[in-house]
Amino acid sequence: MADRIDPLTLAVIRGSLEQVADEMDATLERMAFSPVISDGFDRASGIYDKENGEVIIQGPRGLPNFIYVMEHTVRSVIGRIADIAPGDVYIVNDPYLGGTHLMDVKMVKPYFHRGELTAFLANSGHWPDIGGRVPGGFSTHATEIYQEGLRLPPLALFKRGTLNQEVLDIILHNVRVPRERQGDIIAQVTSLHAGAEKLTQLIDRHGRDTLFRAIDELSDRSERLMRAHIEAIPDGTYTFQEHIDSDGVDWAPLTIDLRLTIDGSSVHVDLANSSPPCRGPLNSVLSTTMAGVFIGFKHVFPDVPINAGCFRPFTFDIPTTTFLNAQEPRPVSGCAAEVCQRMIDVILGALGQALPEKAYAGPMGTVTNLAVGGNDPLRGYYVFYSFIGGGYGGNYLTDGLINGNPTLAVARTQALEIFESHYPVLFRQYAIREDSGGAGLRRGGLGVVFEFELRRGDASASLLGDRGRFQPFGVFGGKPAQSARHTFVLGGREYTPEHLTKDEGVSMSAGDVLRLETPGGGGFGDPRKRSPDLVAEDLKLGYYHRQTAEKEYGVVPSDGNSKPDSD
Amino acid sequence: MIGGFDIGGTYTDIVILDPASRTLRTGKVGSTPGDPSEGFLEGLISLAVDPADLQLVIHGTTVATNAILERNGCKCGLIATKGFRDILELRRRDRPHLYGLTGDYRPLIPRYQRLEVTERISAEGEVVTPLNEDELISAAENLVAEEVEAVVVSFLNSYANPAHEQHARTLLRQRWPDLFVVASSEVLPLFREFERTSTAVVNAYVQPVMSRYLTRLHGYLSEKGYDRELLVMQSNGGTVGAVSARERPVNTILSGPAAGVIAAAEIAMESGFRNLINYDMGGTSLDVSLVVEGKPVFSSGREIEFGIPVMLSMIDIQTVGAGGGSIARIDEGGILQVGPKSAGAEPGPICYGRGGEDPTVTDAQAVLGRINPYYRIAGGSLDVELASQGIAKVLGEPLGLSTEAAAEAVLAVAANRTIGSIRRISIDRGYDPRDFALFSFGGAGPLFISHLLRETGAQIGLAPCYPGVLSAWGCAIANLQRDYVAMVNRRLTDLTSDEVIAQLEAQQAEGEHFLNQEKVALSRIHVLREAELSYEGQTHQLRIGLPAGDLSLPGIRAAFHDAYLERFGASRDQFCGLDTLLEELPVRLMNLRTTVIGVRSEYAMKDLMPSRQKPPDQAFKGMRRVWSGGEWTECPTYERAALSSGSELKGPAVIEQHDTTVWLDDSTQAQVDGAGNLVVRLL
Repeated sequence: MADRIDPLTLAVIRGSLEQVADEMDATLERMAFSPVISDGFDRASGIYDKENGEVIIQGPRGLPNFIYVMEHTVRSVIGRIADIAPGDVYIVNDPYLGGTHLMDVKMVKPYFHRGELTAFLANSGHWPDIGGRVPGGFSTHATEIYQEGLRLPPLALFKRGTLNQEVLDIILHNVRVPRERQGDIIAQVTSLHAGAEKLTQLIDRHGRDTLFRAIDELSDRSERLMRAHIEAIPDGTYTFQEHIDSDGVDWAPLTIDLRLTIDGSSVHVDLANSSPPCRGPLNSVLSTTMAGVFIGFKHVFPDVPINAGCFRPFTFDIPTTTFLNAQEPRPVSGCAAEVCQRMIDVILGALGQALPEKAYAGPMGTVTNLAVGGNDPLRGYYVFYSFIGGGYGGNYLTDGLINGNPTLAVARTQALEIFESHYPVLFRQYAIREDSGGAGLRRGGLGVVFEFELRRGDASASLLGDRGRFQPFGVFGGKPAQSARHTFVLGGREYTPEHLTKDEGVSMSAGDVLRLETPGGGGFGDPRKRSPDLVAEDLKLGYYHRQTAEKEYGVVPSDGNSKPDSD
Repeated sequence: MIGGFDIGGTYTDIVILDPASRTLRTGKVGSTPGDPSEGFLEGLISLAVDPADLQLVIHGTTVATNAILERNGCKCGLIATKGFRDILELRRRDRPHLYGLTGDYRPLIPRYQRLEVTERISAEGEVVTPLNEDELISAAENLVAEEVEAVVVSFLNSYANPAHEQHARTLLRQRWPDLFVVASSEVLPLFREFERTSTAVVNAYVQPVMSRYLTRLHGYLSEKGYDRELLVMQSNGGTVGAVSARERPVNTILSGPAAGVIAAAEIAMESGFRNLINYDMGGTSLDVSLVVEGKPVFSSGREIEFGIPVMLSMIDIQTVGAGGGSIARIDEGGILQVGPKSAGAEPGPICYGRGGEDPTVTDAQAVLGRINPYYRIAGGSLDVELASQGIAKVLGEPLGLSTEAAAEAVLAVAANRTIGSIRRISIDRGYDPRDFALFSFGGAGPLFISHLLRETGAQIGLAPCYPGVLSAWGCAIANLQRDYVAMVNRRLTDLTSDEVIAQLEAQQAEGEHFLNQEKVALSRIHVLREAELSYEGQTHQLRIGLPAGDLSLPGIRAAFHDAYLERFGASRDQFCGLDTLLEELPVRLMNLRTTVIGVRSEYAMKDLMPSRQKPPDQAFKGMRRVWSGGEWTECPTYERAALSSGSELKGPAVIEQHDTTVWLDDSTQAQVDGAGNLVVRLL
């Protein structure tokens, strides 16, 4: 190419684009009212192509799940809005139009440089509530999206710089705790404007032409890098199957059946034999399913920069006859976390067979969404939303991490003390769940025990998790991890949800308890090859018990190495 | 005479101030990590200073940080609320890398040294379950039997009511007077149990190490005839006596870098600049910080490494892996990258000739003729030819660039990372670099001053007289300082101004009591009051200054609202009119902070500068071939020490001194001002 961009400008532009997106993320998280955005980082920002919505850059600290999803979101704005103008800001959360679940609310701003449409800026943030039949949006018994909450196709929140008060009013009249959601709207809009200002500075410096040639070049290079990695995988078709416990309505497993074909530098992802659409909310929309595929690859090849180029080597067969490409009005609240994570799991599983030197045993594979709403006699109406970590799988480098965040997210937990100061709950335990990791040469990481008591008033709790029946897998002789176990104590009596990890609107009164025990990660390699010294240290740390050491690791602990068991 | 020392991992820097004779001397010797006091003495000998003649010794130390990074702190125990001993290990649920699921985490206290006792306090501070003293003693007995040297007591909600922690601490100290006992709420009385516990654990983990170090150093100095207070620099830019530093070593994790910022603020003030962007580029890392209206900007904490946060008020210093030793490489996508990996001291850059094969930023500088090959900090000369070959082979050929163009590209990418860091700390926080002076220090810093001046839009660049010993300088001039914080977490409308004032006055009284105990002469005491607020429901807080004396709560609300709009760009219309919606929201007062500063004495820097009467031509050393503006140019070189005030230089020019080089490219000029600083401007 005659007008090839010089390597220096390329490196500088790449760093500067990341800084624009990073600035948008930082503004959003500092201003947000949703603790899931500000403290949990359940948000993402990026810059997208003006013609086709392809991702140009996404913030390096943004939530991975949105990497691909936001392209679809921007495309839905391009496709549906005829009179895109400077000063417009669109709000959208429709899962079928390039989304996740309804709680992830996206804002899209067409960016004009000197009067000409040049790109789109967009962000996404998880709102703790979006209306619907249960606080928090995780209705596990929903059979239609209309029950899940307020659904917004691309709507102009701002038109030519003027706020559309009617749209704002509709939104605020349909969500719980509207004052806080109003704060989130301010944060999302302000963040887009902060990004626009930085992007203008960048274009003014380099010129539009140079900038966009650099963007094309960066995306070509991402593609080349991704293709180089794929070429290193032996050609062939790799299959992997994983299951979701149930859809929350019918007690039957859902299967993701992956046939991953590597052909030179291309990948074909065939999911056509997966289970059909389900009645309950464990359907996934196409954009979220595809995001799961890309996140899986990115965990195996972390050095590939995210932009449109890295998606080019992929082709897909995900028919609407599967639960992975749900159509209106299928309910989808479980897609963004549970189905997407299982999608990542099957990619890790298939790639682990293809590339043992980059293999992971299965991570916990569930985020255990928990939403509780009620009326606190002391502080008034509240909705809190949280999700819980688990163990990662043992892997080619290390033992699995204890209490990792969801593989599709970077979201941290909020502090227990913040929970207790905002909501009428008292925690009873937050601890490592012993013996929950799979045994292996490199053992799986451990899940957690998260247990609290309702202190005041009545509340309605909804739980949307998974891995109650099917355990995170081990690889190369490593053992599977423990599955999840969740228990309510209501009026002094234990109650386990019929679908183990899924339930909605469970009525809790003061003194009632919810105890969540999350899965660990699977083991990597034959546990009998783990050094007895490491087993002794694991025992001393209480990561697993003597029986496990004897049964799985073949090590009979000598009392010289570890403290005698108290039990 | 007053001695300022910065004992780093590689070098010990020394500044000796003598206000009586108006002299200032500087020195730099190799550090002696085994026993830092050896380096201390060696430095004094090199400057012919007798310790007995010193009136005060103030020093910056990396003891605490290194103990964490090298994991050679003490064996500690943790006693937690029943059900919560794993808080430390669970962190806030995260992972070391955004992408890739490898890596694990080893907490500073292993699980078998973390025990639990029955007790519980609610978020409102009520006792839900009383402290079980028998369990406490029995847990401590077990830990003592394991030979721990320090014990952390961290109970849930102790920020709201520290009674159980305090009682536990008293019981343990009575029973085991030699044991170090740390209660989480005394180190950090704020909510967020993981961060509070982590901060307290860091304190305990380094406490015996710091204590032994200070005892040894103090003893050693006494032997040599120095019998006064030994002051230690803290991350907040103020110093404390050795006894206080032993109590709170966690306050010293940024000891040396913070001292550098204090010095920068003072030195620039002499030249009339009160707003600074400081960048300190050394061998492996770049520290960027901000001074606004003469005062360093603070942050409320930092993560020492993955999973080890310390949430204390400290000078906001952003560190990235970009220094002279940063390695340049071409990534798998064919893009030139610089850092964060560094060639370190061994083997070092290629031009050191010690077997390094990876081209570094320093190699690029050497190849372009910007560094005098015979002016190496550690002695010896640089092998420019070897560096040239390395850059050509590793970077030039694959990128299709000439050696010079490849070297220039390395510098531009390194500069761009610096610019990114500068943007994050300035623009991203609502500060416009055009209102700032760019203050450059560290061995590798002033080489970039022209480039950064152009790219950031800063008004002017400043290169101080002794950019290589700035932290020692900061130690020599720093004041005593202590910070106090108390959590309020109530709506402004539910408070009275009397309550707020009472809280602030209590903090101030505590601070004044502390200053009175330190055996250091003070000229005056200065008190700063601040509040952290948020709109109800938000997690992030904004810190604003409070006036001394009377307070009006509506006034605090208005000041917060204004600061919030300013911070998030109302002036640039980023709110699109939505800001009026904020006015309806309740505002919560989260924390109250008081900073108590004991001002030692105030020196005018320019009185301490070496007088320089030599005419400028004596500074001129000759011409050298330097790559400038895309071609080789014969370029004048000058000796910094021989430049007199008022001297004016026009780029391209190289100004050399033993610890750094200032590079003026063809778009800049410089002048030595009355305070001895080199003031760089764009032509």
